[in-house]
Amino acid sequence: MKQPFFFAIAVLAVAVATAGCKKKETAGQDNSPAGSQTPDKPAAPSAAKSGIKIGLVYDVGGRGDKSFNDSAYRGLKWAETELGVTIREVEPGEGSEREAALRQLAAAGHDLVFGVGFLFTDDITKIARDFPKVKFACVDYTVPDDPSTIPSNLVGLRFREHEGSFLIGAIAGIITKVKTVGFVGGMKIPLIRKFEAGYQAGVKHVCPDCKILSAYAGTTGKAFNNPNKGQELALSQYEGGSDVIYHASGKTGDGVFNAAKEKKKWAIGVDSDQFHVAPCCVLTSMLKRVDVVVFDTIKATVAGEFRNGLQEFGLAEDGVGFVYDDNNKDRLSQDVVDRVNGLTKKIIAGEIKVPFE
Amino acid sequence: MGEFFASLFTIAFVAQTLRITVPYALAALGGVMSERSGVINIALEGILLTGAFTGAVAAYESNQYTLVGYEPNPIAAAVIAGALGGVLIAALYGLVVITFKADQIVAGVAINLLAAGLTRYLLKLLYDSASNSPEIPGFETGIFSNPVFWLVVLLAIAAYVLVWRTRWGLRLRAVGDHPEAAHTLGITVNAVRWQGVLASGALAGVGGAWLALSVRGFVENMSAGRGYIALAAVIMGSWRPQWACAACLLFGLAEAVQIKLQTYSIGVPNELTQMFPYILTMITLAGFIGRSRPPQALGQPYDSD
Repeated sequence: MKQPFFFAIAVLAVAVATAGCKKKETAGQDNSPAGSQTPDKPAAPSAAKSGIKIGLVYDVGGRGDKSFNDSAYRGLKWAETELGVTIREVEPGEGSEREAALRQLAAAGHDLVFGVGFLFTDDITKIARDFPKVKFACVDYTVPDDPSTIPSNLVGLRFREHEGSFLIGAIAGIITKVKTVGFVGGMKIPLIRKFEAGYQAGVKHVCPDCKILSAYAGTTGKAFNNPNKGQELALSQYEGGSDVIYHASGKTGDGVFNAAKEKKKWAIGVDSDQFHVAPCCVLTSMLKRVDVVVFDTIKATVAGEFRNGLQEFGLAEDGVGFVYDDNNKDRLSQDVVDRVNGLTKKIIAGEIKVPFE
Repeated sequence: MGEFFASLFTIAFVAQTLRITVPYALAALGGVMSERSGVINIALEGILLTGAFTGAVAAYESNQYTLVGYEPNPIAAAVIAGALGGVLIAALYGLVVITFKADQIVAGVAINLLAAGLTRYLLKLLYDSASNSPEIPGFETGIFSNPVFWLVVLLAIAAYVLVWRTRWGLRLRAVGDHPEAAHTLGITVNAVRWQGVLASGALAGVGGAWLALSVRGFVENMSAGRGYIALAAVIMGSWRPQWACAACLLFGLAEAVQIKLQTYSIGVPNELTQMFPYILTMITLAGFIGRSRPPQALGQPYDSD
């Protein structure tokens, strides 16, 4: 007697659950002012429409992370206003939604589709083969064993984060008053290890007897989304004597900044300028110019000069760097900045080799 | 090495252990309430997340407005809203598994997926980001002078007394062990199960609010598997509030030690140290630590017809 009832509610539960997943994609679309399906929102582009359509799928953390994804978003918006391209963004949830989002954008007639984050590597390579007429770009692409297998319509955009992190390490090594600095990483993978290795080398370069406390939040993707864990790791490092902590851990870093506020110690941001997350306590941030690289890739595509394969961006290409502006100029003396700029020149000239593992 | 051991004997270490333990313990107490009544609660993860979300929204919004000359306390607002949010999502769960007798494991997983999707969706609507809320007011003091911590201690004691020392607790346990017998004695089985599930939502919801208040904000999926750890603690504590709390304290301690091991880079690979709570969980699940006897009617819907 209860059977049909039970069945109905099971169907309802599944429908509700999937509706929850579907809707956030819709929300993503609604949010892109020039989305093809939503002409009711005013289109902003000042430049003439180029007719080129760009799709972009965000990494774990999504837009509003004040870090990696937001940097990609800035590049996308920049291209929209400057080049007049039509943009569409998707914030996927977990796992297979990433692949579905890429496939959907490719099938919907976009000229260039971005996957933001190393997690896209396998999916985007596969989908690039399935859609040979669409161009694909993957930020933080993991290099396959045989780079010649990269499809001709895919560009892997890579950064030499270790070079930027080396400068950050040098700054931390100079600033620390107690010769102890910290590092908080998200998930323990080669990509994040690059940040740590560069940072360690930078600290040791300016302060050979400095101690570096180092910790990771976890061994799964959740490690980039666990601010409570990040806060405990950072508190432990501050209590263990460090007075500067550099993080490379996505939203987990929110907890690091919160710990810095509580302990009134320095924290260093990553990917974007994170000064505004904790104005009291952000010394500087390691900039990873995902925005510039996304913009340049779109610009090249619009001009018909899309290049496939691997592209690397380090200090020489202005792909990485550190923040020095009005907000933090009283925190970094001219002397510090001069020293760090000297190091930059040496790295570009090849006089300093920065390790990445 | 010496620094590492010294760091284990500090107040800061005790405080850290307790901070990590609180959300586990609240979710585990919720798990006991629900499972003692015979309803498996995989949905703890989703309830934590929902509580974190409603708690964060309440803390943020209550800080924006003045209610007829009265300024609401954002932390109290967050705790209440966390409990309410937990009760709401638990009510949905109760509707599906108690009233409509759906499979409790499947429905629990569905609730967790729903909570993950729904919080992202609502976050996007409210604050135009599917990943995090704006900064909210949070805890300003150390844990020992934090009233919410003492509230949690009270809740834990209350849960113990309720389940083991009151008529209500006796009924709760009766419908979880022998629903037919309870029914014969005039107890409305499903009504008691509803109470257990709703209490579970309130407790785990406060655990979620604790997560958000600790880091002054909501981040998508910030429960990060804590609900499952709490579920393991329920089993490890053989469905008794006091032992479930003790198991949570053990997991909290393990995590705090793991953080210290990393901080002082003792030569233990951190992949290994990070597995510690999970290994403990599996040892327990395999039944190596004592015999953990579940409520006998756990997972069986009760049909009064």
